[in-house]
Amino acid sequence: MNGTDSRMSQEKLKAFSTDSLVRKLLDSGGMVVVFIALFAVFSYRIDRFCSLDNMVSLGLQVSSIGIVACTMLFCLASGDFDLSIGSVYACSGVLAAVVANQTGSVLFGLLAGILIGGLVGLVNGVVIAKFQINALITTLATMQIVRGLAYLVGKGQSVSASSEKFTVLGSSLLPLGWLLPGRGAEAGGTSGLEGIPTPVLITVFSFVLFGFLLRYTTFGRNTLAMGGNKEAARLAGINVSRLQIIIFTMQGLMAGFAGAIMASRMGIGDPKVGVGFELQVISACVLGGVSLKGGIGSMTFVVSGVLIMGAVENAMNLKNLDPFFQYIVRGAILLAAVLFDRFKQRRTD
Amino acid sequence: MDAQKTLAIASIRDRIIRSGFLASPSGNGREMPETQSYLEFQGIGKTFPGVRALDDITFGVDEGSVRALIGENGAGKSTLLKILSGAYTPTAGVVRIAGRECAFHSTADALATGVTVIYQELNLVSDMTVAENLYLGHMPTRKGLVSRKTMHADARKQLESLGESIDPSMKVGRLPIGQRQMVEIAKALTRGAKIIAFDEPTSSLSDRETRNLFSVIRSLKGRGHVVLYVSHRLEEVFEVCDSVTVFRDGKHVETFGTMEGVNHDALVNRMVGRDIHNIYGYTPRAHGEPALEVEGILGRGLTEPASFQVAKGEIAGFFGLVGAGRSELMRLVFGAEPKRSGTVRVLGRPAHIASPADAIRSGVMLCPEDRKKDGIIPVRAVMENLNISARRKHAYGGFLINEGWERKNAREKVDQLAIRTPSLSQLIMHLSGGNQQKVILARWLSEDMKVILLDEPTRGIDVGAKSEIYSIIYALARQGIGVVMVSSDLPEILGVPDRILVMSEGRITASFSRDEATEEKVLRMALPTAGRKAA
Repeated sequence: MNGTDSRMSQEKLKAFSTDSLVRKLLDSGGMVVVFIALFAVFSYRIDRFCSLDNMVSLGLQVSSIGIVACTMLFCLASGDFDLSIGSVYACSGVLAAVVANQTGSVLFGLLAGILIGGLVGLVNGVVIAKFQINALITTLATMQIVRGLAYLVGKGQSVSASSEKFTVLGSSLLPLGWLLPGRGAEAGGTSGLEGIPTPVLITVFSFVLFGFLLRYTTFGRNTLAMGGNKEAARLAGINVSRLQIIIFTMQGLMAGFAGAIMASRMGIGDPKVGVGFELQVISACVLGGVSLKGGIGSMTFVVSGVLIMGAVENAMNLKNLDPFFQYIVRGAILLAAVLFDRFKQRRTD
Repeated sequence: MDAQKTLAIASIRDRIIRSGFLASPSGNGREMPETQSYLEFQGIGKTFPGVRALDDITFGVDEGSVRALIGENGAGKSTLLKILSGAYTPTAGVVRIAGRECAFHSTADALATGVTVIYQELNLVSDMTVAENLYLGHMPTRKGLVSRKTMHADARKQLESLGESIDPSMKVGRLPIGQRQMVEIAKALTRGAKIIAFDEPTSSLSDRETRNLFSVIRSLKGRGHVVLYVSHRLEEVFEVCDSVTVFRDGKHVETFGTMEGVNHDALVNRMVGRDIHNIYGYTPRAHGEPALEVEGILGRGLTEPASFQVAKGEIAGFFGLVGAGRSELMRLVFGAEPKRSGTVRVLGRPAHIASPADAIRSGVMLCPEDRKKDGIIPVRAVMENLNISARRKHAYGGFLINEGWERKNAREKVDQLAIRTPSLSQLIMHLSGGNQQKVILARWLSEDMKVILLDEPTRGIDVGAKSEIYSIIYALARQGIGVVMVSSDLPEILGVPDRILVMSEGRITASFSRDEATEEKVLRMALPTAGRKAA
């Protein structure tokens, strides 16, 4: 009797430990591993992929999605999502250029872009939280309203900034000499690289900031709790509607910020940009493993999702793949990621 | 000691199996001893990664009989039902139906073989009519078109055979839960189900609906069906079942071939593996000044302003039938629903409660009725669920999580309430109902609690965990906390509280002290007005 018992518990223990190891890897770092594997394969197969130059352009390429994905993580983690960000992204850029041209102040222009985003976000949040309207409908409506606003503000055209200084936010570089004080300017000189573009730095900074907010603050934990079960979170004393308003306002601010950066990089506010941007951002998050149902998500997921999308696109560009084909690849990757997630869930059941 | 007991159980089991052979009608037991019963489980095992849910389950059930499957949560009853219904494939053993080995790969396979499992969450499309639900997937057709007339007539006949007069053209979503269950049973019968298994069928039924269900089960038995009945309520097992199989920790503990000579304590003993004499363990306590005073509160679900008081250290029980307004009253007091009028005082001071957050800050806590829907955050860890509220008081600057305190607090509460979880980071959805309930209780222990409202704290929880919850309730009362406990379980509401308030049709109809309350008095006041006069 005793013998069989202890044998069984040993069996149990063994099954449990190997299983939990696999599961841990799948749960926390599954997509990080996928990214590293992809990176290795691309570096090996594609000549210029691993060069410092290409890394910087990869960074620039993912910066917009990266910045907005930070707050989309909060939206998704809280069980909602925001479709208006693509329009906000465009509107903010146009407004930034227009205000900068009219006031003569680049700072005012960029601030106006960010604030219009925040305002749209606030409206989204209030409508969703206070009037209990579904986030899909609400943001679908504001998506169209704000796209219209973008065209109105630009009078149907893209607006170029008259001031040279407008491009400061998007095109400035942080010299690498800062990071490598010993080697000074030569470090950058030898590789032909002058520094790290500001948008990349802002993206990295956003990853760290919002990753920290989600993981280490009551705000982040409450967001996840709300996404896991909104009514239970409310009955546990969390002010759910305030939380929702904050999350959507934050989302708008960051989308506005990303739009202003993009306009600054191009020197142009274009009302046509960012169509489908919201879906790219959501795909990147889901690809990394953030749950669409809420309650599950971390910045590691988002960073790996954004990087996988970016790396694949970058590799396709380097290989001169037909852009039409790129759509198919993007869709296929997303589908694969979701299926993978499903498989993972079945294991837990 | 233990070895002796095991031996004794083994010998009893042998005796029952042997007597089963002798009593068997088909008789030729020597050649094919396994095919004695219509439904046979033989050596069924099921392992999930890390867990052995079922281990060598062997027993049979005859035609025309009702077999109870009992055991604590996690004992393996539900897993066995899922194997029977084809939702799970067993990792060992076989299921035989009418002597034929069945390997179900899906619920459709099981349905085709005449097996239906009726779960707590009924499997009906609420936007479709009763008749459509009954014939979903095999509607009677004429020249390729659905023949509504035939369908309705057939549906009516089928329902009438169960003693129900439900209009077949009614949308299922508009039926009360008891009638929906009847539709589910009728649906099983239209699909030619021979084996019907019920999983906790009475958990959301009223008394009358329960009696109705029992008479249907008896008629199913009379028609030669095999009925499996999973329930936590042992009284029901004695009332409706012919035999009972007890599970513990995924193993078959014992099968009583007849209910004769089997009593409540014996079953509990087998389920828990230890004796539980007095599961309530009531002892009188001193009561202090009023902890909670509710005056003239009114809102959705109440038909009359409600007023009541609970003293420090007192346990007030609320009894009523489903829909009597008990949960609604609790939610109004807690600020979960907006109240139209009324005041709440805590320890004599007025408390302005407009939201759950306000209630918690005033010292009023609620453990909600529907644990899954309103209580737990399923995809989050035990520690997260436990610290969700109190963490705000310990976070640095009210914002930065104090990981050290959270870990310490969680470990302390898990020990204190004997919450069984493999780790603090285990997702709460993987815990048993009783342990989930303890986590929700633990959530409030780090708050400055003056009053706790417990809405159906032991619903769907096994006997062992129930008595643990009762001792937690008594411990809270002894600390001078005012406890309000809502329950639909009559023995429990008479056994646990100091005072019993009864609600019916949205108002408080009576208040009895523990000594004056009897089942009859309490029930009479719980019935709707018309029924009360008749009774």
